[in-house]
Amino acid sequence: MSDALNRRGFLGLAGGLGLAGGLGLAALTGCGSDGRAAAQPKQGGRLRAVYAGGGAKEVLDPHVQSLFVDIARHKAMYEKLVELGPDLKPVPRLAEKWESDAQAVTWRFTLRDATFHDGSKLTSEDVLYSFARITDAKVPDRVAQSSLATLDLRRSKAIDPRTVELTLSAPNAEFPAVLAGIGTQIVRDGFTDPTRPIGTGAFRFVSFDAGRSMVATRYADYWDGPARIDELHILSADAEARANAVQGGQAEYANDMTATFARTAEAGRTVRIVAAKASTMQAFVMKCDRPPFDDPDVRMAFKLLADRQRLVDVVLAGRGAVGNDLFGKGYQYYPEDLPQRERDLDEAKALLKKAGLVNKEIEIFTADASAGFVESATLLAEQAAEAGVKLKVTTGSPQTYAKDLLTKGVIGNHRSGAMPIPQYVTDRLLTRSPFNVTRWLRPEFDSAFAAARVLTDEAARSAKYGELQQTLRDEGGILAWGLPDYLIAVSAKLQGVQAVPPNTLDQGRFDKVWLA
Amino acid sequence: MRSYAAQRAVLAIVQLAVLSVLVFVLTTLLPGDAAEMRFTETLAPEQVERMRAQLGLDQPALERFTQWLGNVLTGDLGTSLISGGPVTDIVRNSVGATVVLTLATLAVVVPLAVALGIVMGTRENGRLDRAITSVTLALSAIPDFVIAVLLVAVFSLKLGWLPATWIGGDLLASPVLLVLPVAVLFGRTVCLLSRQVRAGTITALQAEYVVQARRLGVPRRRLLVRHVLPNAAVPGVQELARTGDTLLGGVLVVEAIFAIPGFATALVDGVETRDVPVVQGLTLVLAVAALVINLGADLLCNRLVPRTELLR
Repeated sequence: MSDALNRRGFLGLAGGLGLAGGLGLAALTGCGSDGRAAAQPKQGGRLRAVYAGGGAKEVLDPHVQSLFVDIARHKAMYEKLVELGPDLKPVPRLAEKWESDAQAVTWRFTLRDATFHDGSKLTSEDVLYSFARITDAKVPDRVAQSSLATLDLRRSKAIDPRTVELTLSAPNAEFPAVLAGIGTQIVRDGFTDPTRPIGTGAFRFVSFDAGRSMVATRYADYWDGPARIDELHILSADAEARANAVQGGQAEYANDMTATFARTAEAGRTVRIVAAKASTMQAFVMKCDRPPFDDPDVRMAFKLLADRQRLVDVVLAGRGAVGNDLFGKGYQYYPEDLPQRERDLDEAKALLKKAGLVNKEIEIFTADASAGFVESATLLAEQAAEAGVKLKVTTGSPQTYAKDLLTKGVIGNHRSGAMPIPQYVTDRLLTRSPFNVTRWLRPEFDSAFAAARVLTDEAARSAKYGELQQTLRDEGGILAWGLPDYLIAVSAKLQGVQAVPPNTLDQGRFDKVWLA
Repeated sequence: MRSYAAQRAVLAIVQLAVLSVLVFVLTTLLPGDAAEMRFTETLAPEQVERMRAQLGLDQPALERFTQWLGNVLTGDLGTSLISGGPVTDIVRNSVGATVVLTLATLAVVVPLAVALGIVMGTRENGRLDRAITSVTLALSAIPDFVIAVLLVAVFSLKLGWLPATWIGGDLLASPVLLVLPVAVLFGRTVCLLSRQVRAGTITALQAEYVVQARRLGVPRRRLLVRHVLPNAAVPGVQELARTGDTLLGGVLVVEAIFAIPGFATALVDGVETRDVPVVQGLTLVLAVAALVINLGADLLCNRLVPRTELLR
């Protein structure tokens, strides 16, 4: 038994247990393949992939998706016009190419020669129907409604069966990326019953049981080359059950694993960790419209007092990189030339003294809503104490934290998954953004961003975005301290798994993997 | 006997009514509602508002409760706020695993606990009594999740003999899935149950009629089976009814660890997503089951050892 149960193995399990549940961290950047030279791809077999479950919240309707497990299931069966590459840049999918007019208002997409699972060809009518279904105001839970708010369907039309013209009510050079967002899948014209999925994806639907499993089989007529595996099971389970399943041989792929588990797994031989480096973001968010963080000096002081390396070492168990107070490192439009922010206690103290905050108490609002939130808040409190400010940690309800933080508190925790940088800005950093958690309300920032987003020249757009991001890094309310790795555990016989950020095309590409 | 049962039934209905109000009030007091729980940073607040109206969550609490109660009285448990499907479906889909798990545990724990109880009771304070006491006490003292993690680490991950989770498993095809969960639940319940049987055995052995029977030379085995056991069983049966409640608490942990899609998992899910009709429906079914089991246990005890005061 001493051999059977070494201390390390046991602690690993216990750690997994402690971190069970919780929301998945999303996102990553950094790419590359999973390291080992793979043998010749093999045909056949059954692949079982386990994701964090959502119980009765899990849905088959691709336009209602929000959980990773749903996204993975829908991805197996449905496709979008556009997908995101490893750097979150739009890449063609069901649309093989696109072009816009000079104003970025009218967009023409040329469709690929793809076939639905019922044998019918993909046409422009399917595309128009899909977007009409998504934007149907009578059904509030279709997630892409707000991102597609400027799509004017009355002025959009089918040019021919393989060319569709989409017209916007406001110009947007980022429109292809919007079509790669969640909940934008293309369904069959007339699709009304989500319980009988018919898509163009690599797998055909067999069965679904919310909170438990979905089974799908290989679609032989898939346009991008049929999958190698015959059968795909996408299962739901919380963190420690995922760990046990992949180690015990009951699953070949486990999504979103903890750093503790990765350490245990790497000590053994049955499981391999595929890590997409620095792919998500962990940050503290300060509300720029409330004291004391309405003072830019105080925001800067906090950015300077944080010991990022220590936060990464302790909270992320070293599996991640330090952040530089900006979202999207490694993604398209990220200004790579900015210097890394370092800890400067003296400067922080001076700024805090200037603001009259020395020995004052500030509340930090946190919750066990995502792995590492409470731990990082507690650690930041220690680091703030070294600069002479007392941070009092208050804990809220995990389930409502994301919403509560929009209105409550002055500083709190924030994480973000992978998404294109303009989308992040649109969702969180404009005066009218639905998730403006830092209360960054600057009309001149809004108009500068709007002006940049209509530029059809990518280089010009990128330069403008770069300036805006520099402003954000120095004056904004985001203290991005860490960029966690996104960890996937795969069984030793599963090959071809790519280490890319979630929400990108090559993550969870079960049509490209094989069982050795 | 009949009037006793009727009295109990009336009491049960009152209990159910109080419970329903309590569950509703408590779930309503939790922060957030089902519409907000869909707020996973993918739905804009404006969409959440529209959803809330669609789900009827903008109605006053009292109105929502009376509507629910009216439906229940006509046999309709309502519709899930999250999945949109009938609550009865959720009950039906989740009850199976839990019932199988509970019955399998009882099938193991009852005979073993009775046997152990009698062995201990007939050897009061002997070496064997103390040895069994220590082991069962230790099992009940260690938290379920610790036992579960240890068992998984040894039998699943190290030795590879037993499946570590129910993920992707099919109970009909592989009943071996039951072994580890049942072992954990066994550890949780065996101690109290065997101690009750032990106590009952000791009391019965000291009863005058047993002493007399012994004097008359009734053979030991016959004495134990015919005279001691029925009396010793009374506290055991009552404990068994309580074991149901204990099991449920344990089932929650066990279902989470082994990823068993059962009743407890559905209940936790319902609470976490503020799916009030589901929480209401599941607790109602659970309460009815607990009441029926307890009533059954009382009636059974009455049969084993008729007590006149209960019959009045």
